[in-house]
Amino acid sequence: MGITFYLIAAITLAGALAAMTLKHLIHAALAVTVAFAGLSLFFLNLDAQFAGFAQILIYIGAVAILIVFAILLTRSELPKEGVFSRTWFVGLAIAASIFAVLGWAVIASARALPSEATAPSVNVHDIGVALVGRYVLPLEIVALLLTAATIGAVIVALHKKERAE
Amino acid sequence: MGSPLTGYLVVAALLFSIGLAGALVRRNAIMVLIGIELMLNAANLNFIAFWRYSPHPEALTGMMFAVFSIAVAAAEAAVGLGLVIAIYRHAHTTELDKMNRMKG
Repeated sequence: MGITFYLIAAITLAGALAAMTLKHLIHAALAVTVAFAGLSLFFLNLDAQFAGFAQILIYIGAVAILIVFAILLTRSELPKEGVFSRTWFVGLAIAASIFAVLGWAVIASARALPSEATAPSVNVHDIGVALVGRYVLPLEIVALLLTAATIGAVIVALHKKERAE
Repeated sequence: MGSPLTGYLVVAALLFSIGLAGALVRRNAIMVLIGIELMLNAANLNFIAFWRYSPHPEALTGMMFAVFSIAVAAAEAAVGLGLVIAIYRHAHTTELDKMNRMKG
């Protein structure tokens, strides 16, 4: 675990923190894009090239653009009472306690975790064969889900005109 | 810190907590959706890290799980933001505090 890990971790966590604290929605969307980019660097650092580039394509290319479009289409002004809810300390306490539990679980099981492993030699060909072989049923279900989600999103966001009759 | 996996798990836990805090604390519905996306991404980081340090990475289980999870997260983002736009058309707001009626 070298300097690259700490650099990528700093970029990712700074992006995520900025996204959750910045006031303007557009700034938050750009900050979360930085966090997505940091995560894709993590995936590349973990020798998962396919997942890393899929992360870049889907999150930076599609989800971030989708968020920006939603912000542009809704045009909300900054609320006078602030961007955080009145009971923000409750949310922070819940998040902090969940992080405490997760961190405790990780530290407690640190000894049982596997140590340094050799980099797996997996290329896109293997992933393609696995996708149409062992994982063909999940692939078909995801295809159906994506079709349904696309149609559903269009129908939900469609502007319905009043019927004449 | 014996295993390099520990660092990745701690980063993923931090990312999940930041996303959860954002989803619970922010007033805007779009920001809540961004928080949920961060939580899903933290889970993906765990999947990839466990796959990388698993005894049989050639089985591709964790990698496949992460790829399918990315696809499901994309579908969730599309439907969620579509819902936000639909509510904005109706109520002219994206503030969650003002979305307090089930009847239009």
